[in-house]
Amino acid sequence: MPDLLIELFSEEIPARMQGKAAEDLNKLVTNAMVGAGLTYAGAAAFSTPRRLTLALEGVLAESPTVREERKGPKVGAPEKAIEGFLRGAGLTMDQLEERDTPKGAVYFATIEKPGRPAAAIIAEALEGAIRNFPWPKSMRWGAGSLRWVRPLHSILCILTNEAGEAEVVDLDIDGITSGNTTEGHRFMGEGRFAVTSFEDYSLKLKRNHVVLDPVERAEAIWQDATNQAFASGLEVVEDKGLLKEVAGLVEWPVVLMGAIDEEFLELPPEVLQTSMKEHQKFFSVKNPKTGRIEKFITVANRETKDQGATILAGNQKVLSARLADAKFFWTNDLRVAKSGMETWTDQLSNVTFHNKLGTQAARIDRIAALAREIAPVLGVDADLAEQAAKVAKADLSSEMVYEFPELQGLMGRYYAEAAGLPAEVAATCEEHYSPLGPSDDVPTAPVSATVALADKIDTLTGFWAIDEKPTGSKDPFALRRAALGVIRLVLENGVRWKLDRFFDAQVLGYRLEQIKDVASEQDVYTLESTLREIAKFGVFGAALNSVAEHIAKSDQHPFEPDLSEGAEIDLTSKFVQERSADLLSFFHDRLKVYLKDEGLRHDVIDACLSMPGNDDLTLLVKRARALGAFLKTDDGENLLQGYKRANNILTQAEAKDGVEYSFGADVKFAESDEEKALFAALDQAEAAITPAMQSEDFEAAMGAMAALRAPIDAFFEGVQVNSDNDVVRRNRLNLLSRIRQICGGVADLTRVEG
Amino acid sequence: MGPSEGCFWPDKAGIMAETISKPRSFQEIILRLQAYWASKGCAVMQPYDMEVGAGTFHPATTLRSLGSRPWAAAYVQPSRRPTDGRYGENPNRLQHYYQYQVLIKPSPPDLQELYLGSLAAIGIDMDMHDIRFVEDDWESPTLGAWGLGWEVWCDGMEVSQFTYFQQVGGHDCAPVSGELTYGLERLAMHILGVDHVMDMPFNDPDGTIALSYGDVFKQTEEEYARWNFDVANTDVLLKQFEEAEAECEAILAKDHIDPKTGKRIIMAHPAYDQCIKASHLFNLLDARGVISVTERQAYIGRVRALAKQCADAFVLTEAGGYDAAKAEAGA
Repeated sequence: MPDLLIELFSEEIPARMQGKAAEDLNKLVTNAMVGAGLTYAGAAAFSTPRRLTLALEGVLAESPTVREERKGPKVGAPEKAIEGFLRGAGLTMDQLEERDTPKGAVYFATIEKPGRPAAAIIAEALEGAIRNFPWPKSMRWGAGSLRWVRPLHSILCILTNEAGEAEVVDLDIDGITSGNTTEGHRFMGEGRFAVTSFEDYSLKLKRNHVVLDPVERAEAIWQDATNQAFASGLEVVEDKGLLKEVAGLVEWPVVLMGAIDEEFLELPPEVLQTSMKEHQKFFSVKNPKTGRIEKFITVANRETKDQGATILAGNQKVLSARLADAKFFWTNDLRVAKSGMETWTDQLSNVTFHNKLGTQAARIDRIAALAREIAPVLGVDADLAEQAAKVAKADLSSEMVYEFPELQGLMGRYYAEAAGLPAEVAATCEEHYSPLGPSDDVPTAPVSATVALADKIDTLTGFWAIDEKPTGSKDPFALRRAALGVIRLVLENGVRWKLDRFFDAQVLGYRLEQIKDVASEQDVYTLESTLREIAKFGVFGAALNSVAEHIAKSDQHPFEPDLSEGAEIDLTSKFVQERSADLLSFFHDRLKVYLKDEGLRHDVIDACLSMPGNDDLTLLVKRARALGAFLKTDDGENLLQGYKRANNILTQAEAKDGVEYSFGADVKFAESDEEKALFAALDQAEAAITPAMQSEDFEAAMGAMAALRAPIDAFFEGVQVNSDNDVVRRNRLNLLSRIRQICGGVADLTRVEG
Repeated sequence: MGPSEGCFWPDKAGIMAETISKPRSFQEIILRLQAYWASKGCAVMQPYDMEVGAGTFHPATTLRSLGSRPWAAAYVQPSRRPTDGRYGENPNRLQHYYQYQVLIKPSPPDLQELYLGSLAAIGIDMDMHDIRFVEDDWESPTLGAWGLGWEVWCDGMEVSQFTYFQQVGGHDCAPVSGELTYGLERLAMHILGVDHVMDMPFNDPDGTIALSYGDVFKQTEEEYARWNFDVANTDVLLKQFEEAEAECEAILAKDHIDPKTGKRIIMAHPAYDQCIKASHLFNLLDARGVISVTERQAYIGRVRALAKQCADAFVLTEAGGYDAAKAEAGA
């Protein structure tokens, strides 16, 4: 069976697109071939800056013949119907077959599609692939209309049989005809050459200074880079993304190591690394003893007579000019920082954060105010939290961050340190953006955590207030990530608070911004007073009631707040409660996703979510983890069954009797031992569970619950609830209600599946 | 590669093999580029006589990249970027500098080789240097234009921008033009081995009156930096911006038939001059720091709207591919 070799040779393909393009070529060509019945044994795809290559082994020489049987009209059907059938099948009357079926004699046609030679199928498959190639961006060139990532120059497409003879698969795409030739390295190759097979092709490419396989190029680069660094007692800073990119920029990698000018070594290592990587695609080489970056590695695309000396000197010069810029930014920034980072914060009043949420400066003010509120919860001094929040984003105005946005936060830390600000404040600049992703570390320093929480909660409530929530896969402001960030900050720092209070206050703050120019002075006054009282009352509703009552009673205020339905306060009230509740439920959804990764079941979390205080995430998770662990034990599983049985009986009886059985079970009406034992067990469990719940010791509460398993099982074993004696029956139902009440206080077990 | 009418190019072989002496001055590099591209069939044009931010603004590029008529031009274009002024002190940054610009339509199949030949012509020895084509797509929001291509690196230094125009002034380019832009000072500094632009020999360094780049431009860099950053009257600039915008639109609103001559004269170029003017005035206002981030987008959008209208007008002219005979036959 023949082998197929395809090479699409073009002007330089962007490095970032090469890997996927090679795979796409593989997929498109082989799918089309297989779809046409032409199978193959193995495939491999490669890319260099100037070519995409696909090599298939063991391709069928031709596609198999396919027979298809079609059922036609009945014998004796109108002529028109028979004619139509013949036309569709491409047959004549004498080729039809009459067959008896339960419905009478029917015409059958057998259509035979003969196999086609591999070359014909491949030519079609390749043309289709080229014309429909999914480049992220493609272009036209010259006077043609064909699209490719950059001008496509030649197509090599050959089938090689077992004897090693190659046949060109003929193809003509907008004037580009296929052939059996290609060329090697742009500067080191020796013109065009013909190839007969994949082996011949890769060998000749190598002779013409092209390493076809990107993996081989990357390995060679890494190997050589680490060797050169090691020989100088240094080590290369690993960067897989950069390695892949650099391997896509060269066909013949030559690794060159050079020194960074002494005058730049004082720059922060991150600045050196970022500048070298972003601008020059250099690797950083570190001195492991000092941690300083002292050298760089560049990868050239060719060998030279002087072993790269000229190339290295040129690169060094460019680097010095780049680093001179970086040093210029660094020096300027340090000067500003030392004179006070407020200058930068002030400049942020010219920078829009979001057109409905105001400037960066306004945002920083909100975060600082919120950080003050959050500070006591984390045991942080409010003034320190405010100070940290005020400078945390100041570096956005610095020249260095303007040049390298990815250094935001980190530069803030350097500048805050230079400005002599407290260490906690400097750390906050860097850490308050975290956690950025599920694997990013959560800040644990209290000031950093406070500002990180304030930043994220302000963002979330802001976008909720302007109704820009994530939908489906669209989350342009990374709000899911922000919510997960809050969840992780809360849980990993064991923060105990009620989120409602902060949600209500922030949403109300945003609402006031939205309505303050249109609402009446009285309404604004009432709502602003409410905003100040939320901290005391914990939620918006209670704060509003208290404020409204106070205003109405007080002689100082010559008005009564208009609380009527549809008036501004009522609308705001609904707005705040609705947005705040919606945001909390968004948090609960994120929390479920987060806990699911931990192995906690959905229904277990639901059982805890429906308990009061579910805006205290630490408590919620503590409860859920305890319940999850409890349900995994034998006692837990059986207790759940007993609880459900009790609950079912109760619910049915309550529905039938139209009453709620909720208290009054008396041991004096107990008849059997099992019944008496259950009374005793419930008393005992309650005595243990109540204090455990008060101290939020869910393990202890569930342990006490576990002790109920045996008595409950024994009760159902030996006692008939529906006794003829009405007093006894009611007493037993009330006894069951104690199970429901005691266990239901720990978690809503009705929500647990199973 | 498409139809090979591209053989418009007489001698593509042989360039790389020649060993070419090193140039000795800034102007020698320019002269060699002129000679090289002239030998490759380009019309060597002169700079456009207005302030522009880049060689692309020259109508020989912007407007001529539109329509179906073949075009090949090369020229030096003084370019002004007021915000880049550093009083002549920064070794690499200038508010006034030179670009060398080549535009060929349709882009010939061997444009990369032609380009590499030009590097050889100005003394870059291909056997000793590492030349790379690194992805860099070009977009000009003010011109409503974009294209795909690369920045060309020589030993890690960006020496040119290489672009296949896809759209200009909101019009699809068909055929596609190939555009080359050389940052002349930077390129020359690299070739001449100079570290500070002001130290670069402008003319023959052994001549009786040898002039450095600094002798020619140091003082003007200072003067313009002061004016650009601190002195330019922003009220006047704003007023001029509005006037240029209004004039551009007024020109384009005129009837295609000139009442005096009775000829069909669409004034695409005079209108485009006003568009260029507006663009430069915007750059000056930007350097004066009076344009906020949000306003910035709005101003760019206004210039782009003008550029689009000029492009719309140009494609109705003969140079823009309008065929009077055909139009008459059609009518």
